[in-house]
Amino acid sequence: MNDKITMHYQVPADDFTRAGEASSSVKSKLKMMGVKPEIIRKVAIAMYEGEINMVIHASGGTIDVTVSQEEITIVLKDQGPGIEDIDQAMRAGFSTAPDNIRALGFGAGMGLPNMKKYTDELIIDSEIGKGTTVTMKVKLPTD
Amino acid sequence: MSEFFTSVHLKEELCMGCINCIKRCPTQAIRVRNGKAVITKKFCIDCGECIRICPHHAKEATYDSLDIRNRFEYTIALPAPSLYGQFNNLDDVNIVLTALKKMGFDDVYEVSGAAELVSEMSRKYVEEHEEQWPIISTACPTVVRLIQVRFPNLIEHLLPICSPADLAASMARKKAMEKTGLSSDKIGILFISPCPAKVTAVKSPIGIHHSDIDGVIAIKEIYPVLLPYMKDSIDDVEELRISGRIGISWGGTGGEASGLLSESYLAADGIENVIRVLEDLEDNKFDRLEFIELNACSGGCVGGVLTVENPYAAKVKLKKLRKYLPVACSHLADGNAEDAFWNNEVQYQPVFNIGSNMKESIENMARVQQLTEKFPKLDCGSCGAPTCKALAEDIVRGVAKEEDCIHILREYIHKLSGELSRLDIKKDEM
Repeated sequence: MNDKITMHYQVPADDFTRAGEASSSVKSKLKMMGVKPEIIRKVAIAMYEGEINMVIHASGGTIDVTVSQEEITIVLKDQGPGIEDIDQAMRAGFSTAPDNIRALGFGAGMGLPNMKKYTDELIIDSEIGKGTTVTMKVKLPTD
Repeated sequence: MSEFFTSVHLKEELCMGCINCIKRCPTQAIRVRNGKAVITKKFCIDCGECIRICPHHAKEATYDSLDIRNRFEYTIALPAPSLYGQFNNLDDVNIVLTALKKMGFDDVYEVSGAAELVSEMSRKYVEEHEEQWPIISTACPTVVRLIQVRFPNLIEHLLPICSPADLAASMARKKAMEKTGLSSDKIGILFISPCPAKVTAVKSPIGIHHSDIDGVIAIKEIYPVLLPYMKDSIDDVEELRISGRIGISWGGTGGEASGLLSESYLAADGIENVIRVLEDLEDNKFDRLEFIELNACSGGCVGGVLTVENPYAAKVKLKKLRKYLPVACSHLADGNAEDAFWNNEVQYQPVFNIGSNMKESIENMARVQQLTEKFPKLDCGSCGAPTCKALAEDIVRGVAKEEDCIHILREYIHKLSGELSRLDIKKDEM
């Protein structure tokens, strides 16, 4: 008997055409599992932001999603440059995205703020030069 | 859950059991079982893709024959604007409308006329409902059904105004009752349709309780009958047209959106493109847009599976036809369209659910994942399901078994024959 399921995704570096694949896959599975639409929306938006961040800042990484009866946990792990000032990165509108990325319509400085807004718990563990691990949790209502 | 009606169905004697349709179906509603395709009705959105792809013409749409006219004392034809794009060298819509009357309909009511009213109402609605932006058009019944079963978060964005065909039907009925004094049941409102989804929209409407359309006739059925009457009508054209450029433009992609007279819209066509737009919309990937027009068929309604002309050629013809017409000929002041708003709330129908509660869903999804790992991931379709993952889901749903996968079956037979030959050796040794 399984009391939770896990999904593992590899996010490739610098490939904007594939960014969003992982969040789409999770979204379709959650829909089949009958998770409430408003929760799926939160997970999909938060996860897509995280996925895009990995592509822009960290040359890709991995995403592990765990779904239990109580909550959905998303762990995004990369070996990128790390976040210098987490408080600053959390401020809406703050962005370190280079101009070429902004020209693509990304880098509005809403990534982390949106991830916080759409999840119940957000933990950022980052070390300069080593990488960043972002853990997000979204609680599931008990039916 | 209510009974599911779909117009698209299988003509079993023609089905060869190939895998073309299962691969093309955007909602994975088709399986090949016992050598024949089977459509799971609750998954089908009547997009018509399987009708398009089937090399053996084993997929059909249900629609009414021209004989349906005999059931009524007074009949009104409701031509879809896409009908006008089917004819070569047509330069006046009135020829088509006159011919419809000559072939026996008592009156005609252009759907494109009602479309202009819907455009006017939509313009006002979009302007007044910024909180609902982007508002998604609801004229294509396949798109509405798709959103209802697969995009629950987007239901609140649906434009709650009935389709031009439904509005045309109720206006035509009112007009006919006033004119003839007949009771409603003696009047037949017959829509001439480019697509099977409209048949479904009449039988089980979404957003409205009841459609005023009494029957749906396919463009491809009426086309050969209508042509000679059109030739007869050329010298004797009646002025029946009630629509202008906006109304006729509804026949192709972008027509509805351009009728809003706003620049902030997106128009997508082709079912796969529509799905992509909806997925992205659900993830907040778009900058602020006011309106999204979606058509399941490539090219828009002119691309419907019940049409005869190439959709892109039909679009050129519509463009030519509307060139010298006024912008619009029907206006809200002409009639009261208050009841054109939806009166039935659209509820999410989670038909694809794999469990009845979270515990069961987790168990079942875990099993789908395990099974998918076991299969060769070739998505060959030999098992009758479109992908290995779809087969895994079928097994978990209890409608297929592991040995349906020919690769698993082969392994199983290898193992079995190995055991048999070992038995044989043992027998020889005895």
